[in-house]
Amino acid sequence: MKLQIASRLAIYALLDLAAHPDTQVSVAEISEKYGISTHHLAKVMHTLGRANLVRAVRGAGGGYRFSGNAKRTTLLEIVQLFESFAREEDEQSGPGSDTETDRALRQVLDEIDDIARATLGSITIATMLNLVDAHRIGEKAEIGATASHA
Amino acid sequence: MDARKNRDEKPTEAPLLVRRARADDIERVIALDARITGLAKADYWRDVFERYGQRRLEERFFLVAESEQLGAAVLGFVVGEIRAWEFGSAPCGWVFALSVDPDARLQHIGERLFEAISEEFHRAGIGNLRTMVARDNPLHMSFFRSEGMMAGPYIQLEKSIGTPVTGKPGP
Repeated sequence: MKLQIASRLAIYALLDLAAHPDTQVSVAEISEKYGISTHHLAKVMHTLGRANLVRAVRGAGGGYRFSGNAKRTTLLEIVQLFESFAREEDEQSGPGSDTETDRALRQVLDEIDDIARATLGSITIATMLNLVDAHRIGEKAEIGATASHA
Repeated sequence: MDARKNRDEKPTEAPLLVRRARADDIERVIALDARITGLAKADYWRDVFERYGQRRLEERFFLVAESEQLGAAVLGFVVGEIRAWEFGSAPCGWVFALSVDPDARLQHIGERLFEAISEEFHRAGIGNLRTMVARDNPLHMSFFRSEGMMAGPYIQLEKSIGTPVTGKPGP
């Protein structure tokens, strides 16, 4: 499963903002953290703003704040702002598309898509933040274990 | 500012007691399940209580959550057991039922039941918990995800083998 870069940037940004809902964070700060272009991220933030997931804060020290519901917003809702799970048009009408072989292949690919959709649709921003915490704790424990063996 | 505020803030919770199910809880369990699923399964739940609430209690757990404020009404239940070596799996805790009164949701009752059965499994020497969730049921799936559950090492497969001879739907 591979997400388009815009979807990944949106998830990174939303997780950073939702982790500190009372703090505004600038596009430059998020760009720097993930090593991504501010231009690309600005476009992503604009889309998230239109979806009411973030709110722009103007003025000195301006930036963005999370304005969604972390317990309700799922990864699927975020990803679908930037990409579709529907089959590409050329896959539906291209060579071999009306054969029993293609229908069988489509059944298998649809199974994969259904699982991906169910997975992304069941993981909320709040769940992701807990997962990020778990990785952070795991990394610290690993560093601690390495240090004690050094 | 606590970074966890936006996700873990708990509303005021009613005092809740999670305990083993008793025979006089079963009618309430049957009614709760019928209300949630739209299908009354009295014989099934009586059988579940007989097997999971009365036998081999060291590895079977039928727990209910009751509110002291609401006249000790059962507001939810969870059922699970330790299963070993099915499909080659090492001993593992299986949760196969978890329901909460729809009028009492968002009070962390499901979470309390899940934590309670996790503790029972843990005390019984189990390190892994497993369940199965309908792919088209985002409510249940999101709940178990929020409790930290991820996809496990098995994939459930099934095949239609035709209409049951009796004409009745399968179990």
